[in-house]
Amino acid sequence: MADISFLLLTFFLLTSSINTDQGITRKLPPLAPATQKSVNIKDRNVLKVLVNKSDYLLVQGKPINIKELKEIVKTFLSNPGNRVDFPEKEIKEIQGLGRIAVSKGVISLKNDRGTSYGAYIQVQNELTAAVNELRNELSKQKFGVPFTDLKDEIAAEAITKAIPVAISEAEPENIGGK
Amino acid sequence: MARFKKAGGRAVPGINTGSMSDIIFMFLFFFMVITTIRTSTLLVKIMPPKATEVQKLEKKSLVSFIYIGKPLNTELGTESRIQLNDSYATVASIQAFVAAERQSRNEFDRKLLTTSLKVDADTRMGIVTDVKQELRKASAFKINYSTSKQNKD
Repeated sequence: MADISFLLLTFFLLTSSINTDQGITRKLPPLAPATQKSVNIKDRNVLKVLVNKSDYLLVQGKPINIKELKEIVKTFLSNPGNRVDFPEKEIKEIQGLGRIAVSKGVISLKNDRGTSYGAYIQVQNELTAAVNELRNELSKQKFGVPFTDLKDEIAAEAITKAIPVAISEAEPENIGGK
Repeated sequence: MARFKKAGGRAVPGINTGSMSDIIFMFLFFFMVITTIRTSTLLVKIMPPKATEVQKLEKKSLVSFIYIGKPLNTELGTESRIQLNDSYATVASIQAFVAAERQSRNEFDRKLLTTSLKVDADTRMGIVTDVKQELRKASAFKINYSTSKQNKD
């Protein structure tokens, strides 16, 4: 009996792997129709993030460290002082939250063909972290619990609408080779 | 005193192995619950990047995988390759792969299909961008960059 169960145990240990299916979820944009003209977005509403082939970061023309990125994105998206060189806000009616100012800010992420995937994911991770923290703050302020603990679906959807993941990835260009 | 001395000493009684099978069965069930059976053998080396903001993939049956990394077989060089199902593939075959994955799901599940990109951290973005463009052409918009969990510091 013990032999048989040992055998089964070994079999399962060899054929299976511990579940590691997790990651950063993103939604790709549909292909732009050929006739579409380029959309005009005001300069103040765009945060340009560039990652070059040596994995260095350039944000709004300034080289920065990856650790600073989250704070930059957070202030960019929340625009606490309503500064004129930061994104505009639009008052929207959202079910569950009422009238609330939604930032029009868009993060434009551009990478080179030579950028390493690890660096790209780090940048994506920092952007996600910034959005998640803003959502948590809003959720705590309005509902008293962090966004991740929000059980009410309407409330969760309202927060998602109030702080959308506004990341735009540029159409790829072939600069820099592999 | 001779009473305390026995020739050869007393033999230690053997451990009762009657409950061993129960314990091993318990182990077996434990492993069966926490693991998943590997669906395809990896032909490429994948060390996923680490990230803190990870989400779990909800339904395993609604996920199709694309692997990108250096070939395990060193004779094939160090250029990153794409693996679909059980063989190496090119960027051009991704649309057919997505179509086949859609066909194998029932109609209701098709729009919930997620593509998980399992990519090695050292891969260059060029090949990943090409894959993403193909996915856009195939209208497979939901993607997931597979990462391993790193705790926040």
